[in-house]
Amino acid sequence: MSMSDASMITRAPSQEAGFGDYFALLKPRVMSLVVFTAMVGLFAAPISVHPIVAFASILFIAIGGGASGALNMWWDADIDAIMRRTRSRPIPSGKVMPDEAKAIGIALSGFSVVLLALASNFVAAGLLAFTIFFYVVIYTMWLKRWTPQNIVIGGAAGAFPPMIGWAVATGGISLESVLMFALIFVWTPPHFWALALFMRNDYDDAKIPMLTVTHGRRSTRNHILGYTLALAAVAIGTGFTSLGGPAYIVVAVVLNIAFIKGAVDIWRRDEADSEGDDFKIERGFFKLSLAYLFLHFCAILIDPLLAHIAGGML
Amino acid sequence: MSFDRQHEIHTRRFGRNLGVGAVLLMLVGIVFGLTVVKVTHVEFEVPSDEVSK
Repeated sequence: MSMSDASMITRAPSQEAGFGDYFALLKPRVMSLVVFTAMVGLFAAPISVHPIVAFASILFIAIGGGASGALNMWWDADIDAIMRRTRSRPIPSGKVMPDEAKAIGIALSGFSVVLLALASNFVAAGLLAFTIFFYVVIYTMWLKRWTPQNIVIGGAAGAFPPMIGWAVATGGISLESVLMFALIFVWTPPHFWALALFMRNDYDDAKIPMLTVTHGRRSTRNHILGYTLALAAVAIGTGFTSLGGPAYIVVAVVLNIAFIKGAVDIWRRDEADSEGDDFKIERGFFKLSLAYLFLHFCAILIDPLLAHIAGGML
Repeated sequence: MSFDRQHEIHTRRFGRNLGVGAVLLMLVGIVFGLTVVKVTHVEFEVPSDEVSK
């Protein structure tokens, strides 16, 4: 390569990435959800873990999640540049080169899995490795651009963190951890389909086969209602296992009534209604879905916490 | 080959280098903390051939 060729691929100093741009590759908002759900999985487990081991394990799970985010940004840089929502990400904005994101993603993937194995156990590390593989290869490289079921199956990647947290404490997989997985897995489709309804041109422009594009918006509204009903069954059913308790059941019933009402409102509307108020109901349902998941996972911790406090008072 | 301390890359990349340095220091702290916990709290056995020595 000649000097002139080299200068063509060198960024101008003003474009050079700062530390924050590399951190943004790790998708901090997704990482915060990973940290939270993994923490709940770890603390809900019947076996206690030393605080330093717990902290380090959660950190390595978060780094693994971030690594898969960087690999997702590397692979999807072309469609991120088209969509309004993702246009300002570090690669499409020209601050980070795609190969840098790939290198960071691969390095942090290996680093996080090995250190999680050393900090906790091989089951947790194996689950983390599988999560990264599932998100990057199965979802990002394969499903996302191929099938409208991308969100449904790909949602599994986001559902693994509480299972990993549980495995850090227990060294295994059990009904409780599978239920926490199921809660996020069934929650993901209505959450993203609501987003697809009001970010309507983004997925069209990027030629991603979202349900709204392949099956139409009426079908998407039907699917949101169907998955919301299935979610309510999983969420409330969880309350009758060892993961739940009276406080969890109360929270789950209230949240699921509100969520089903939101899904029914979306189902009853047509495009003219939605255009009329700029997708107010769909936007509200999307915001509610974020609170829904957060509060359910908080509720999982309420009953053990109450029992702990009651035990301390005796 | 030596770098001129006044080269503009030192100032341009100061933030990035500071961030990487802080992350590496935290990593050292975490691995040290983990080691202490593993040795003092987790059932730790000295290998039998080490004991015989």
